Amino acid sequence: MIISVMVTGTPASQQSAQSALSFCAAALGDGHSIYRVFFYEDAVLIGSSLTVTPQDERNLNAAWSEFIQQHQLDAVICVASALKRGILDAGEAVRYQKPAANLAAGFDISGLGQWVDACLNSDRVVSFGA
Amino acid sequence: MKTLTFLARQAPFGSSSAKACLDMVLASAVFEQQVNYVFLDDGVWQLVRGHAPDGIGAKNTLAALQALELYGVDNVYALDESMTERQLTQAHLQIPVRLCTPAELGAMINASDVVTAL
Repeated sequence: MIISVMVTGTPASQQSAQSALSFCAAALGDGHSIYRVFFYEDAVLIGSSLTVTPQDERNLNAAWSEFIQQHQLDAVICVASALKRGILDAGEAVRYQKPAANLAAGFDISGLGQWVDACLNSDRVVSFGA
Repeated sequence: MKTLTFLARQAPFGSSSAKACLDMVLASAVFEQQVNYVFLDDGVWQLVRGHAPDGIGAKNTLAALQALELYGVDNVYALDESMTERQLTQAHLQIPVRLCTPAELGAMINASDVVTAL
C-alpha cells in the first residue's frame, strides 16, 4: 500500500512526531511504501538542526533526519508554517536576509500543494495531530 | 478526483488551527478535488459573523470563508448538535451552511478518501 503521513503536533512537547516516526518505520517494515511525509503547523519544528536534547533523551529531530535519509523519503516542511517558526533553508535565509539557515538534512521546504499531491497519489493518508 | 473531508473543530482565535484548516481546504480546491468542509465542536464558532480580532492582535483570517464559493467549495456543513449546544442558528453565521447530523457526518467520512481534522 502507498501511504502518506501528515504530522501537525509540536515535537518537543507532544507525542505525535514520535508516533509518526514509529508508524513510518512499521509501515516500511511491513513492505508498504511511503509516498511523502508532510510536516504542517508546529510539526515543522522537527526540521530544525539546532535542537539540543539532554543526554538521556532521544533527539527526535536527529532521529527523523536520519530516518528520512536512510530510507530516502520525500519529507516536506510546509513553507508558510516554517517561515513563521524560524525554520529556514539556505535559499529562504538569503531571500529574507536572515543570519542563518537551520533546516536539517533530508527535509525540503515546499507548499501545501505537496500535501494535496500526496493525497492524490496515496492509498492512505494518516495524520498525527496536535 | 478524490473526496477530501476537513473537520474544523477548534475555536477560531485561540490557536492557528482554524487558519491551518482553511488553508488546506483552499489548496485542495485549487487542485479541483471534491471538498467537504465540516465545522463541529467549538469549530462552529469559526462561522459566526462579526468577529473583530484586532483587539487581541489577531488577523481575521476567517473573512476568507466568503471566498469559499469562488474556490468552488460548495459542501460546507455544520454539525447540528454543535450549533444547538452553543445556542447558534444560521442567523449568526457569516456564510450559509448545511446542517448535518452525526449520522450524516459519519456517512460523509465513510465516503471520503482522506479525512483531516484540525
